[in-house]
Amino acid sequence: MKLSARDLRCVRGGREVFSGLDFTATAGEAVAVIGPNGAGKTSLLRLIAGLLASGGGSIALEGGNDELTLPEQAHYLGHRDAMKPALSVGDNLAFWRDFLGGEASDMEAALTTVGLDHIAHLPAAFLSAGQRRRLSMARLLAVKRPIWLLDEPTSALDTAGQDAFASLMAGHLADGGILLAATHSPIGIPAQELRIGTIA
Amino acid sequence: MTALAALIRRDVRVALRVGGGALIGVLFFLTVVVLMPFAVGPDLALLKKLGPAILWLGALLASLLTLDRLFMADLEDGSLDLILMSRTPLELACVAKALAHWLVAGLPLIVATPALGLLLNLDGAATGAVALTLLAGTPALTFTGMIGAALAVTLRRGGLLLAVLVLPLSIPVLIFGVAASQAAATGPLSFGTPFSILCALSLASLVIGPFAAAASLRQGLD
Repeated sequence: MKLSARDLRCVRGGREVFSGLDFTATAGEAVAVIGPNGAGKTSLLRLIAGLLASGGGSIALEGGNDELTLPEQAHYLGHRDAMKPALSVGDNLAFWRDFLGGEASDMEAALTTVGLDHIAHLPAAFLSAGQRRRLSMARLLAVKRPIWLLDEPTSALDTAGQDAFASLMAGHLADGGILLAATHSPIGIPAQELRIGTIA
Repeated sequence: MTALAALIRRDVRVALRVGGGALIGVLFFLTVVVLMPFAVGPDLALLKKLGPAILWLGALLASLLTLDRLFMADLEDGSLDLILMSRTPLELACVAKALAHWLVAGLPLIVATPALGLLLNLDGAATGAVALTLLAGTPALTFTGMIGAALAVTLRRGGLLLAVLVLPLSIPVLIFGVAASQAAATGPLSFGTPFSILCALSLASLVIGPFAAAASLRQGLD
């Protein structure tokens, strides 16, 4: 499997965010997207996820499932965690598992892995920022997708959480997955660097 | 199907929880209809004549009131991103969301109608006719309103805009809904003609609404 982008261009609000962006990631490879605030890290991830209209260039996935589009084979973990405060932790995760088509047996294990199994009955409104992040991580595990697009994945996580997430990412890569992470701090696994924006 | 059932179940449960907004519509409906007899005065004949129109207006405004949250809540918490990326066609996801909205915001209005009919001096047949026309017509309000909700989703605080956008689409529903109820209550027109048109409006919006809403959601990507 190979994810490649050629000459990508992104325009937002009439302003060019970046242009001429190339990268290639093969199965088992991680890409760390690095750049100053406003350089377009989030825009790049959303572009790949099909959530932004492309301003030019092409993105191609080779060796994936030909019947599915690229966004359908990807997980997007953004700043907003897509969890309803009124529903419990378990209900929130169960919804995304059912809606995104995950296996029933994966959910308990996912909650245990991210360390939220003891509060599965608690409404998501009572979670801290770090716990909400962990719940989003559980979604990555409850539904299998070969491509992970992660926006600041380790923000709000404690050291133990960052280590846990690093091992999740390592496991995903070992299974032949691809991941792109927009980040300011090291993500804890070997990754090729993709710098966007002006480098001071 | 699992995905759509899960989406309907989630939206219904979120709406029924505290602060979820399912009660807002029916409470607004109640307020409008209860206040009306006091405003009109104790003229029973006039109330009976106005009754179906008052009930329909209340139902229309109540559904507009709750529709603006249809996609906005999902946009704000990021759920909309995942729904757009999912393997479920966006059109079907829109159908599921509209169905869930109708279950929690449309159906209670119909259930409340018999009790409110008493306040407006409507007899059994007239109340039944209004309830039946609401049952046939409120899906049209939800599915056309969904188009406005999808258009307004990219604009923050688009609530009032939604009402203006949806207005031309809801006027035919209002006309034929009230015409059918009044035909049953007082005559002389037959009930069947306006009621058939009302059903046709509902069926057409059931088909057009999801496609239009999905198209405007895709267009609004940002």
